[in-house]
Amino acid sequence: MDTAHSHRRLTQLLSRGSLTRFIVVRLAATGLLLLVLSFVVFALLHLTPGDPARNLVGVRNVTPELLQSIRDKYHLNDPFMSQYLQWLGNVLHGDFGESIRNNTTVTTLLSDRVTLTLQLAGLSFVLTVLIAVPLGIAAAWRTGSVLDRSVSVASIVGIGAPTYAVGLLLLYIFGLWLDIFPVYGSGDGGFDRWWHLVLPAITLASGLAAMVFKLTRTAVVAELNQDYVAFAQSRGLSHRQIRSLVLRNAMIPVATSLGLVFAFLFGGTILVEVTFALQGIGSLLAGSVTFKDLPVVQAITLLTATVIALTALAVDVFYYAVDPRVRKRGSR
Amino acid sequence: MNRGLYLSNLVVTGPTGLIVTRMDLRLEPGQTVALVGESGSGKSMTAKAMTGLLPRGVTATGTLQLDDIEVDLALGPQVLTDLRGKHISLLLQNPFTSLSPVHRCGEQITAALAPDLRRSKDEIRRRLDEVDLPERVARQYPFELSGGMRQRVALAASLASNPQILIGDEPTTALDVTTQREMLDLLERIQGERDMALLLITHDLGIARERADRILVMYAGRLVELGEGADVFAHAQHPYTAGLRDSDPPLKHRLVELPAIAGSVPRPSEVAVGCVFAPRCDRADHRCRTDTPELIGTTSQVACWKPITKADTPHLIQIATDVQAQNTGTDLVVVKAVSKRFSPSAPLALDNVDISIRLGEAVGIVGESGSGKTTLARCLIGLESFESGDISWMINAPMAQRAQIVFQDPTSALNPAMTIGASLAEALGVGQRDKSEVPALLQLVGLPAEYARRRPHGLSGGEQQRVAIARAIAPKPKLLICDEPVSSLDVSVQAQILNLMNSIIKELGIALLFITHDLAVVRQVVSRVYVMNNGRVVESGTMENVLLSPQHEYTRQLFSSVAGK
Repeated sequence: MDTAHSHRRLTQLLSRGSLTRFIVVRLAATGLLLLVLSFVVFALLHLTPGDPARNLVGVRNVTPELLQSIRDKYHLNDPFMSQYLQWLGNVLHGDFGESIRNNTTVTTLLSDRVTLTLQLAGLSFVLTVLIAVPLGIAAAWRTGSVLDRSVSVASIVGIGAPTYAVGLLLLYIFGLWLDIFPVYGSGDGGFDRWWHLVLPAITLASGLAAMVFKLTRTAVVAELNQDYVAFAQSRGLSHRQIRSLVLRNAMIPVATSLGLVFAFLFGGTILVEVTFALQGIGSLLAGSVTFKDLPVVQAITLLTATVIALTALAVDVFYYAVDPRVRKRGSR
Repeated sequence: MNRGLYLSNLVVTGPTGLIVTRMDLRLEPGQTVALVGESGSGKSMTAKAMTGLLPRGVTATGTLQLDDIEVDLALGPQVLTDLRGKHISLLLQNPFTSLSPVHRCGEQITAALAPDLRRSKDEIRRRLDEVDLPERVARQYPFELSGGMRQRVALAASLASNPQILIGDEPTTALDVTTQREMLDLLERIQGERDMALLLITHDLGIARERADRILVMYAGRLVELGEGADVFAHAQHPYTAGLRDSDPPLKHRLVELPAIAGSVPRPSEVAVGCVFAPRCDRADHRCRTDTPELIGTTSQVACWKPITKADTPHLIQIATDVQAQNTGTDLVVVKAVSKRFSPSAPLALDNVDISIRLGEAVGIVGESGSGKTTLARCLIGLESFESGDISWMINAPMAQRAQIVFQDPTSALNPAMTIGASLAEALGVGQRDKSEVPALLQLVGLPAEYARRRPHGLSGGEQQRVAIARAIAPKPKLLICDEPVSSLDVSVQAQILNLMNSIIKELGIALLFITHDLAVVRQVVSRVYVMNNGRVVESGTMENVLLSPQHEYTRQLFSSVAGK
């Protein structure tokens, strides 16, 4: 392939309004955002009161030799920017340094825990969507019905009940009393892992499902009051056709709320992880903050931010696919 | 077999009481019937009742007869489900909201077709062709089309299942005048080709007069008069019909004062006994207030105890002759070569605009949506910046005392949380006037002083607009800018506001810049006019001259589009 041809192909791919261009532009924006964030995260080390080297010593005995070795290792005597670039280069290679508390690399420490938290967040997300969205649609279609009113009341309870309380209640009923689900730990991988995650996931999903139910219901009700629905009815369109018109339109606000929910889930598992004694990043973050384990805190912060930014990107791409108006405006 | 539709004894009841009271309606194939009325007359509810689309909490009784089918409306909206589309279709007012924004036009048009036809390219082409749209529209989304084109898509969609009866609920109200005419012509042509009955619901008397075979006049939920075509207005028997006709501003001449109907339209549930129009009728006597009149007559029917007859002296209208445009005078503000663009890729919103307004002069700007008329007003008052050109004020006064503006929708222009007195006091303060002048200000706009304690939501649209005008003149500006000030008001109330504006500018000696799409309205207020199109002033001159001998092609087109005047 000659360069002229590949160049033309590239121009075509990146032409105004194309999906590729849209994604490329958004990815670049996401990358820029994360870069700025990484800078802030790195600066944490220097913003923390006290000598950075002493902070990195943690609870070990401070000897001049140890301080010197840490200074050398982290290049603490280099100019700030060069330290940052060094750190960023390592991070991009998956190296977040060493944990102060555990004497292992941050990456090893995190790898298992990230998987667990992602599994937990994913499972609760799926549960939330499967429960809340259909119920929201059904309730909106029959506002004031028994279904609508009972689910609305239940959702108030769901939003109001604190996560740990729901968690403890579920543990008591299904773990101790009925003895169906395990009460402790993350399981041995495979199916057992998922089995262990059911109760925590339900706990997380209960509050979120209530929120998503409300948002879905509101979105569908708003669409049902639109002129195009009355117009569709007046033309004699079938119930099924009208439902597809409405759902396609209501999907847009619902997707926004689902994006927020997932972003919240990834950073919001801490209470559940503690309640169910799961070794996820939430509980790790809590411990690391207490022990001023700075490299771990940096890694988790950056990781969470990445997940949130990628979720936002996914929502944007979804908009692009569903809403022709967004497609037309494209990425400027 | 197409024998039309007969609706008898329709009663529509809402949560607060009656909305439509005992109404009969006959629609014949190929015939156009116009249902005319102001807001709250129940005309839209009639259409909704006929299609089973009444909002929740509103119920209907009565019988609907269509060919051999007889439907008892009291059984609930579901009895009409099978009739919708195949027999009756409803075309709504707003083409911007009546189509789903995320579905392609072709898909929306063909949704009501039989499943095997939905994907047929020929069928889509044929349907688009019927409403004069090119084939490419099938693949486009509504937001890519103009208002007129969207309404054509909606028309094609409402015709997809080949209804015998089409109800158009203000189908052209949201469109510009020139587009409006095209749409009405299209409706007429299709109606003829299909031998379809058309029920045209409108507040525009001109459209009814020009297009309808029969006209039905509704007021506060009742039919008050009906008859053949334009006769209903020409020989109006009901005082309301006559009042409506007279308060509709003429295009041909300027009146000294528009004959307005006092008061505003009541809710149907507010009138318990007697004639619904009695409280606003100057002919009403004791019987009118105690007994309800029934429709009587043969070809033309009227529900009135004291109908207007040929023996009655016709309402004298005085044509103003003394309104001469001043050719001299001191300039108040001069706009020179002003240009504006909203974004680098957008076309010019204002393109080298030159206008001037003299002290104490009433000037109009006429144009359709997108002509730049509102943008110009916003530049004048400093709400919008412009790129090049110059706006020079010839008086030395703070901005608030140079110009003030009145917007189209008084409901959103007034702060709902503030009492009217507080709103006016605030505006007086801007002009360093004391709040003790609030009662005088209210009196000037024809409102009782005790309105100062009320909040906007309890007021009618006309009263709210009076408050908005009072607020605008409070700081004693030299120029009052009114941007479509009567477009959201009923015809009978519109006349009151136009009269008020005429008397206020005369009394205060201030200049007026009147911005509108409605030629007949601007005719009644200004002496000089600018015609705008696509951001440019295409014509200017005295109202009289522009009207009698328009020079620019666009001006001619604009005037010829005005229906029924």
